[in-house]
Amino acid sequence: MAEAHPVGFQWVMEAKKRGAKIFHVDPRFTLTSAVADRFIPIRAGSDIAFLGGIVRYILDNELDFREYVLAYTNAATIVREDFVDTEDLDGLFSGFDKDTRTYDPSSWQYEGHTPHTNHDESGDTHSQRETAAGLQHESHGPPVPSDTERDETLRHPRCVYQILKRHFARYTPELVERVCGVPPEAFREICEAWTANSGRERTTALVYSVGWTQHSVGVQYIRTGAIIQLLLGNMGRPGGGVMALRGHASIQGSTDIPTLFNLLPGYLPMPTAGQHGSLSEWVDSIRHPGQKGFWANAGAFCVSLLKAYFGDAATVDNDYCFAHLPQLTGDHGTYQQVLNMIDGKVKGYFLLGQNPAVGSAHGKAQRLGMANLDWLVVRDLYEIESATFWRDGPEVETGEIVPTECRTEVFLMPAASHVEKEGTFTQTQRMLQWREKALDPPGDARSELWFFYHLGRLVREKVAGSTEPRDRPLLDLAWDYPVHGQHDEPSAEAVLREINGYSVADGRPLSGFAEYRDDGSTVGGCWIYSGVYADGVNQAARRKPRSEQSYVAPEWGWVWPANRRILYNRASADPEGRPWSERKAYVWWDAQAGEWTGLDVPDFEKTKPPDYRPPADASGPEALAGDDAFVMQGDGKGWLYVPVGLIDGPMPTHYEPVESPVDNPLYGQQTNPTRKAYPRADNRDNPSTSDVYPFIFTTSRLTEHHTAGGMSRTLEYLSELQPAMFVEVSPALAALRGLEHMGWAHVVTARSVVEARVLVTARLRPLRVDRRELHQIWLPYHWGSSGLVTGDSTNDLIGINLDPNVLIQESKVGTCDIQPGRRPTGPALLDYVEEYRKRAGI
Amino acid sequence: MGSLYGPLDPAPDAGWVDAPPRMGFFTDTSVCIGCKACEVACKEWNNVPADGFNLLGQSYDNTGRLDANSWRHVAFIEQPVAGSDDPRWLMMSNVCKHCTHAACLDVCPTGSLFRTEFGTVVVQEDICNGCGYCIPACPYGVIDQRKDDGRAWKCTLCYDRIGDGMTPACAKACPTESIQYGELSELRERAAARLSALHDAGTAEARLYGHDPSDGVGGDGAFFLLLDEPEVYGLPPDPVVTTRDLPAMWKRAGIAALAMVAGAVVAFAGRRS
Repeated sequence: MAEAHPVGFQWVMEAKKRGAKIFHVDPRFTLTSAVADRFIPIRAGSDIAFLGGIVRYILDNELDFREYVLAYTNAATIVREDFVDTEDLDGLFSGFDKDTRTYDPSSWQYEGHTPHTNHDESGDTHSQRETAAGLQHESHGPPVPSDTERDETLRHPRCVYQILKRHFARYTPELVERVCGVPPEAFREICEAWTANSGRERTTALVYSVGWTQHSVGVQYIRTGAIIQLLLGNMGRPGGGVMALRGHASIQGSTDIPTLFNLLPGYLPMPTAGQHGSLSEWVDSIRHPGQKGFWANAGAFCVSLLKAYFGDAATVDNDYCFAHLPQLTGDHGTYQQVLNMIDGKVKGYFLLGQNPAVGSAHGKAQRLGMANLDWLVVRDLYEIESATFWRDGPEVETGEIVPTECRTEVFLMPAASHVEKEGTFTQTQRMLQWREKALDPPGDARSELWFFYHLGRLVREKVAGSTEPRDRPLLDLAWDYPVHGQHDEPSAEAVLREINGYSVADGRPLSGFAEYRDDGSTVGGCWIYSGVYADGVNQAARRKPRSEQSYVAPEWGWVWPANRRILYNRASADPEGRPWSERKAYVWWDAQAGEWTGLDVPDFEKTKPPDYRPPADASGPEALAGDDAFVMQGDGKGWLYVPVGLIDGPMPTHYEPVESPVDNPLYGQQTNPTRKAYPRADNRDNPSTSDVYPFIFTTSRLTEHHTAGGMSRTLEYLSELQPAMFVEVSPALAALRGLEHMGWAHVVTARSVVEARVLVTARLRPLRVDRRELHQIWLPYHWGSSGLVTGDSTNDLIGINLDPNVLIQESKVGTCDIQPGRRPTGPALLDYVEEYRKRAGI
Repeated sequence: MGSLYGPLDPAPDAGWVDAPPRMGFFTDTSVCIGCKACEVACKEWNNVPADGFNLLGQSYDNTGRLDANSWRHVAFIEQPVAGSDDPRWLMMSNVCKHCTHAACLDVCPTGSLFRTEFGTVVVQEDICNGCGYCIPACPYGVIDQRKDDGRAWKCTLCYDRIGDGMTPACAKACPTESIQYGELSELRERAAARLSALHDAGTAEARLYGHDPSDGVGGDGAFFLLLDEPEVYGLPPDPVVTTRDLPAMWKRAGIAALAMVAGAVVAFAGRRS
């Protein structure tokens, strides 16, 4: 964190000054470890075993926050009798189909429930995997019926609490040591610190960086963390939570208003061809009639979005132009697209502030794909590798790309930087912060907003008067943003107003999503952002100093939803509505006033008393009881166990990374059985436990560089601070392989070979894993062929294997060989990699 | 100019009437995370040229030292620790010390180096003639000649910012408040409190460096909290202003000259007789 998020890390240092004890668990000793009280090295890719061990410690010692767990989680809920755990099926849950490598999740359900069968979120897991359906759950839980059978004594053998206990029973300190290489005494220290700092009086925040997600079991890593946080009562309370530190500014914003193939703004799923033939079919698949909670209003969110897209053309008679929306026909994720490019199925590609030639897994596939297009548009601050690969990429040297024959026409469009345009950033707390333009962009550089507005305008002019049905969506677009200045820059504030939503009749900005309507009377670009422009005021631009308001600082920026700073904050009070403790008082029930009040906007219906119990036939918000704190979950509870919505199982289970030097010590099932794999000749995996690729490698960032280097290797002041690609190895591995400090070495996988200068450092050390000594090496991934400082690109080493829930790549752990000296050049490089593959039998 | 040695307030001593309080840096290395934001912010604000793209292999330090083109330098000290599997990794952002008795200033023949009203020491780039006398005079090896123009360059403690009430660029950019800027008297109090807090927390090896007005340079305007001996960080353990002995040297030289004259007189007198 100190290396990748130094600015955020100031608060860790602040806490340390106040006496907080800092633990750092990482494959190598980093700048964070240097200031931590305790560093605990771990084998890359073994986090579920580690965290699962903590779950076991909590349950075995009954250290869970029992009142919280009983009231606010699904610990007491009974699961169906036909559910079978991985412990009994050697690493598989019940319902596995080995032909499709997917689960039928019926048996995972709560007692008495069966999943919906109409192609929705709980049905066809193959199609869910193709479309990364798990991403929809960022704003709400997947559907379950509201009536659940519970055992408040937690003794029923099929209640979630007991299932969890059995599931993690084998995750003992000894197993943690065997899988992770973490000695029991160090592990115990973590367990004790985490549990001691949780409860009525104290809370613990779990903060992770997004490298944690980049595993074939990435979602389940975070699920394990969430289970711990729920068991310890750390959700919905001040100082608690599970927070993702994003790798760039506004990555949270780029999922809220997504740059993803499978989502529309506000986590509305993209319609799927053959499943969502009409607006009502699409809306019903989201709102699930009969469901508990606030998702019942999905129709208003969907129709208002269509009104934002298509304006006056969207009417009740034409389903508000629902048919104009693109529809999914399968996996259109970024990695599938790249493979499709290689196969000649894609004609054009837009890259906006992204440098996949360096920054994405399997760099070679990325570059070969981009070399096989009709056209490629690159918008960036500098001429990055993704614009120059056709003339200076590694494949030019090997002869795989011939510059004079490369068919792709590259259009490099200079982009304005974040200080050269106005707009918002959304950070990890879901806070939108408006930023002003500080100066004009240089030369022809323009904002993204300018580019797309004018591109749309020009395309619409081209097709004006067309009667072709395919041009109808373009012509029907509401493309009417006010522009200003000599370059006709569209108004970002006008866009924010549209995102917020307004009344069609009088243009009045809406105060929140409760005002969204499904009758076409409101326009709203992103329901969860509604309120950011309430009263016609740019709420994201608020900058009231913290000294002039409460510590929650509700008047700094604006947080979705409804300026609520902590989600599910009903859980900060006990079931009767009283704060768990004075120290952690946050939101509580004021019986006299008959309403919820406190330091934050309560995440609960304002006047619903804690003792409210819904009538038997209730649905929607009415069905939520006065102590159903997790209001966006179908049963109002925080989920220790996920009966529906995950592709790879209701509970996290330790699987080995796709490439691992050891057999899974827990199960016969070696890897995540449902992971998204692309088995093809140009995407080979290193075999597990291979002597040819005996070492583990992991990658991350240096403070001095920004991801693929486009914003740092182009600047002298940053380039001079970390001028060269390097690899870190332990003194033991250096001795084993004859590597010299500051000498050259090359690292080989089934995909490629990269060379780097060697830093021999005691910050890495071999670990004892599964009764043998394992070596881990570390590489930064910032270098490429363009810029002031160049070097081989680490991501070339990585193959394409994806988490099944959200289709993120496993790019933080793999196996490799390392040898002294520089790599071969020219076609000999291909022979070298091929020779390794042959020896490994692939 | 007054005394060349011992405690004093340098700005009034240099002739500033109604000088503002002496300003300085307190660099607390115990919270430094080695991000190098200070190095970059310094170069951005002061237009300091890049220093070449050289991988040095000294842990994460690719700057190497303070010189004409690096006015902040983050040292990374990576060492094995006896009896522990974990190494230790110390980070320290080094800078010009803005000495109470600044030898660089004392030896500058053009008046390019001068004492500001804030008690800091600044080179005036339009006056420096590149004689280079200041370079061997510095007891810390900070000030340096730029190869392509011959002039001497070093940290100005952002003289062009602090005059407007702004914080120097490095301190402003530091995310963990490792670099603190302020009135030197207050910084010394803060440092003493931080030191005792660290000692109370069991960090016995913590110590201050350059805070003492009775040391060989009369105390530094930029002082440090270190977690080991100064030598570990490449700092001189007992710096002494190189001009301290000038009066004694002149005195001795004077006596020698007198003796020579006397000798000559005696010689001539002898010849006459």
